[in-house]
Amino acid sequence: MSLIATDIRVSLGRKEILHAVSVEARAGEITAIVGPNGSGKTTLMRSLTGELPSRGRIALNGRDIARMSPEELAQRRGVLPQAAALSFPFTVAEVVRIGVEARGERAEALVPAALAAVDLPGFSGRLYQELSGGEQQRVQLARVLAQVWQPVDADGPRWLMLDEPVSSLDIAHQLTVMRLAADYAQAGGGVVAIMHDLNLTALFAQKLVLMSGGRVLCQGRPGEVLTDDSLSLAYGCRLRVNAVPDSGIWVLPHAAA
Amino acid sequence: MVAVTPDLRPERLEGDRSHRARRLGLFLALLLAVVAVISLGWGASGTSLTRAVSDLMAGRELAVQDRVVLMDIRLPRVLMGIFVGASLAVSGAVMQGLFRNPLADPGIVGVSSGASLGAILAIVLGSALPAGIAAFFGWYLVPVAAFAGGWLTTIALYRIATRRGRTSVATMLLAGIALAAIMGALSGVVILRASDRELRDLTFWGLGSLAGANWPKLLAGAPIMALALLYAPWLARGLNALALGEAAAGHVGIRVQKVKNRAILTVAAATGAAVAVSGGIGFVGIVVPHLLRLASGPDHRWLLVNSALLGAVTLLLADMVSRTVIAPAELPIGIVTAIMGGPFFLWILLRNRGVLDL
Repeated sequence: MSLIATDIRVSLGRKEILHAVSVEARAGEITAIVGPNGSGKTTLMRSLTGELPSRGRIALNGRDIARMSPEELAQRRGVLPQAAALSFPFTVAEVVRIGVEARGERAEALVPAALAAVDLPGFSGRLYQELSGGEQQRVQLARVLAQVWQPVDADGPRWLMLDEPVSSLDIAHQLTVMRLAADYAQAGGGVVAIMHDLNLTALFAQKLVLMSGGRVLCQGRPGEVLTDDSLSLAYGCRLRVNAVPDSGIWVLPHAAA
Repeated sequence: MVAVTPDLRPERLEGDRSHRARRLGLFLALLLAVVAVISLGWGASGTSLTRAVSDLMAGRELAVQDRVVLMDIRLPRVLMGIFVGASLAVSGAVMQGLFRNPLADPGIVGVSSGASLGAILAIVLGSALPAGIAAFFGWYLVPVAAFAGGWLTTIALYRIATRRGRTSVATMLLAGIALAAIMGALSGVVILRASDRELRDLTFWGLGSLAGANWPKLLAGAPIMALALLYAPWLARGLNALALGEAAAGHVGIRVQKVKNRAILTVAAATGAAVAVSGGIGFVGIVVPHLLRLASGPDHRWLLVNSALLGAVTLLLADMVSRTVIAPAELPIGIVTAIMGGPFFLWILLRNRGVLDL
């Protein structure tokens, strides 16, 4: 089962910002979308989630998402937004429940488990507005996780779509979140994440999609995508990819670049 | 020290305030019943509820004066207070959920002015309508016109204040001021055409009062308010999800556009009918939901129902004050709610200054 986007085009006004992008993500893997600022990563993510109308075809587990109802989509995939401010004083428990209760199911039992998974045990009674940025990001992740808690159900794999899930986290919690994503994929679910840290990405992702200027520059296994040439081309600065025995690939900037 | 009794119920999820909200709702329902009964017995005429009840219990006919005062003056007034108070508070809560902003209130952002314009148009120009149309609407003409005015204003406000799924607080408040000014000016133009009798009607109505309550008015306004009040709880899940932002609400399976359209219709119906029967009564819609959020959280599944109850209680209490302070004359209830609600609004503003990014 997979998430396949074919020839996706998105225009803002008259300007086309995604040019015939085709990507494939498989359930059971973490697929990372990487690339410089403004390369179209978030636009691609918003198309893949069905939020942004696009030309082309996007099939989730073989079904065209344009033909799926909002309820069906919500059953199949959870979406973590980049930043989320809340206008009212909800407690953490109330935030985590929203996604499940939106489809009329009960969520009490899921809340403690979802909070433990993002390393926020005991936070359920706290007010969301009073948390730090990194804590809020993890509460949102817990909410998304609760929405698609079982990685696989009778209708096939479910998907986590994460827009920069570790952007405001300390290094320990970056690892917490990436391990969580890895476990979800291991259990048969699909994960698509926009990432900035290439080293963390190389460590956890099975597939990379490198974007540049609204196009996919290349996609494949980390070792195929992360090369000196492709990164220099995408990011416009000199980067060196090193292979380190046992721990995989490390990307370092040239000191004298 | 108070002895702590062991809690034998299954462990409650910390941060889940639904139990508290449910108990609060029960308490408010009882409180409303008590306040409504007191309100029925409250008045300058010397008719006492206890005497009337003991007459009835003893199988005696009610004295004519008692029957008139209770059945034709106080009962419609109390019922009107309940419907209008509930409608104002629920419109406030729904609008705040829709705009994701605790300061949104039909009275503050111009929706009431739009409804007023509709009502004034109906009062002044109603007689100029072809007889068939006027007869078709009957007593409903003013509430329906107020509903239409409120609806168009809410749509305009939402279009202006919301861009790409995000609502700007500053734009919303400023647009509200502009819309209220435009509606006020148009109302002025219409009023210039009013006859002396219409003018007197308009003046009393504009101050905001339950004094004009009678059965025909109640029967014209109450069904519209009742529909809005009964429908509002169905918006709760959608409004909860909307608190995450429009995109995220869509991602959890909410049909965002549908929820928004229905929320706007609900606000317009509740505000429009309330304004039509009682004029401009401000601040109930902002004070009541805010107090309830402080007491039991912003979950709309309880907030909307509890707002209706506390809104009704608040307006009945304000009405008793308005009937008492300068008795035997009456202070318009809009003045009472403004004196109590204005400072409260400023207090909310001061508390939220940092958060709201004004």
